[in-house]
Amino acid sequence: MAVSQNKLVQWIDHRLPVFTYLDHELHEYPTPKNLNYWWNFGSLAGAMLMIMIATGIFLAMQYDPNVGDAFQSVERIMREVNYGWLIRYIHMNGASFFFIVVYIHLFRGLYYGSYKTPRELLWMLGVVIILLMMATAFMGYVLPWGQMSFWGATVITNLFSAIPGVGKDIVTWLWGGFAVGNPTLNRFFALHYLLPFVILGVVILHILALHQHGSNNPLGIDRKGPQDSVPFHPYYTYKDMFGLSVFLIIFAIFVFYFPNLLGDPQNSIPANPMQTPPEIVPEWYLLPFYAILRSIPSKLLGVCALFGAIFILFVVPWLDTSRVRSAYFRPVYKWVFWLLVIDAFVLGAVGAHRPEGWWIVIGRIGTFYYFFHFIVLMPLIGWFERPLPLPPSIAEAVLKKKRHGADALLSPLAPRGEP
Amino acid sequence: MADSAHSHTADAHASGGTRRDFLVIAGNALLGVGAACTVWPLITSMNPARDVLAAGAPIDVDLSSLQPGQQVLVLWRSRPIFIVHRTPAELTKLQASADTSLLRDPNSAVLQQPPYATNWHRSIKPEYLVLVGICTHLGCIPEFTPQPGGSLGPAWPGGYFCPCHGSRYDLSGRVFSGVPAPYNLPVPPHHFLNDTTVRIGEDPPNSTFDFDSIEQI
Repeated sequence: MAVSQNKLVQWIDHRLPVFTYLDHELHEYPTPKNLNYWWNFGSLAGAMLMIMIATGIFLAMQYDPNVGDAFQSVERIMREVNYGWLIRYIHMNGASFFFIVVYIHLFRGLYYGSYKTPRELLWMLGVVIILLMMATAFMGYVLPWGQMSFWGATVITNLFSAIPGVGKDIVTWLWGGFAVGNPTLNRFFALHYLLPFVILGVVILHILALHQHGSNNPLGIDRKGPQDSVPFHPYYTYKDMFGLSVFLIIFAIFVFYFPNLLGDPQNSIPANPMQTPPEIVPEWYLLPFYAILRSIPSKLLGVCALFGAIFILFVVPWLDTSRVRSAYFRPVYKWVFWLLVIDAFVLGAVGAHRPEGWWIVIGRIGTFYYFFHFIVLMPLIGWFERPLPLPPSIAEAVLKKKRHGADALLSPLAPRGEP
Repeated sequence: MADSAHSHTADAHASGGTRRDFLVIAGNALLGVGAACTVWPLITSMNPARDVLAAGAPIDVDLSSLQPGQQVLVLWRSRPIFIVHRTPAELTKLQASADTSLLRDPNSAVLQQPPYATNWHRSIKPEYLVLVGICTHLGCIPEFTPQPGGSLGPAWPGGYFCPCHGSRYDLSGRVFSGVPAPYNLPVPPHHFLNDTTVRIGEDPPNSTFDFDSIEQI
């Protein structure tokens, strides 16, 4: 079990087996040899979490969580603090890119059936991470104490007033006062600092669950032997690093050239509790859920639908009745999957517009279809669909593809009649 | 990467390295530069921000109401600055050899003051003393104790007494021997705009003294 020739490494490893553990989880850890670039987004999400924590800690050193000083302290970060503008723009755009990466990661899981047995808990931990991310992002958006911060906080905390009976008391408890104010800002700052570390903890559980059975793969079939896999390191560590490099280039273009593209100009106005801005919109990554909230003409049911839209993801492993994992072999589900993607974009567009005229109708259709997809289509398609025959093993499929010289198998987002 | 190093052929060693060696070293070097460039903005964000530096600009103090024997305490760059109006009797005492023989650095040999204050009174005008009021031991503020004798013993000529660890300075901020503080109290850059207005934080014209060059604050 010599993990290294280095005597110091051996001395430490004999007493504290971190090197053996790393070797086991990275070098020995068998990974399907056919993973495509959609599998990069898990490690990208991990990188984003690290970037957010690192920049966040340095921002917290300059930020002032007091209603009188918060807005000015953020302006001070932008103008006075050395590289404060850079750190804040990385953090601000980082939130958006974190969600982009995680949403792609989620849809990757939906397409390739990564939530199916034995990876149900892995999937559910992922949904927990998304919920925590939304809470963290929302509270982080409140901290600059601009108009959108204040009114976003007001609207979102008021969601809980829909709870029958105790709703009003819960909202007062959340605020620590009669309205969103200084106590609210203080606790949001405390929680915004805490939750990323909670996310980190759940991410560790997520990885623990992943390493129990290893990654799913584009074919969705289990590894049957060493011929189906390659060691994670160096094969996927380097592939991940290459993906990260490309991703960081795109991220840097936003940070340096379009730092405010994803933000709302309303938030450059200091919070004014006496005036609501003409339009209240959340950050783009929450727009589809916001659209669902507004599409239901009932306060309580709207809030239920909003939370239901996320919580329904927890039961996806049991809603999908098909035993075939990868949509690549599922001729009907494959198309329905893309309809869901389109639906998510449509709901996002609805969320960005005032609830008037056609937007209301489109929002209601989109909301209906979202739940229809999970509650009706997923179970039904699993029963009625006739999947394509599965290849006998990953190795055979990969070699066959190599012989044909076709790219069909490894780019399943443009699949053909294989195999 | 360590693995690939083992797979060198004898030929490669003879020619001084392979193409792979070059790529690995160049790649790692670039990675190191990138890491340094990434970490630097984070580290330097903890340095004084521009508004903090701007707040460290020189300040003007009006001394017209400062009577002989009195001290005024002002703040410059978040540090306490002592301005003392010394009496003629105190000035005479500062030159008495019985007292200066007890000092660690009576002639201000250590760079704890600008050249224009490197004299027995450690100031521009003998009567007005300007000091950074931070003990050179561990940073407490020494107490202004101008009266001779008293609880500090019959030999006490009057000066500054640090309550934290008992360091003593005379009324020119010169440290006594046998106390924990190693250096005289620092003299900040200053000059007089007129007879009774002192500007702290700026050297007199034609003088270029770098306050950062002093031994210790």
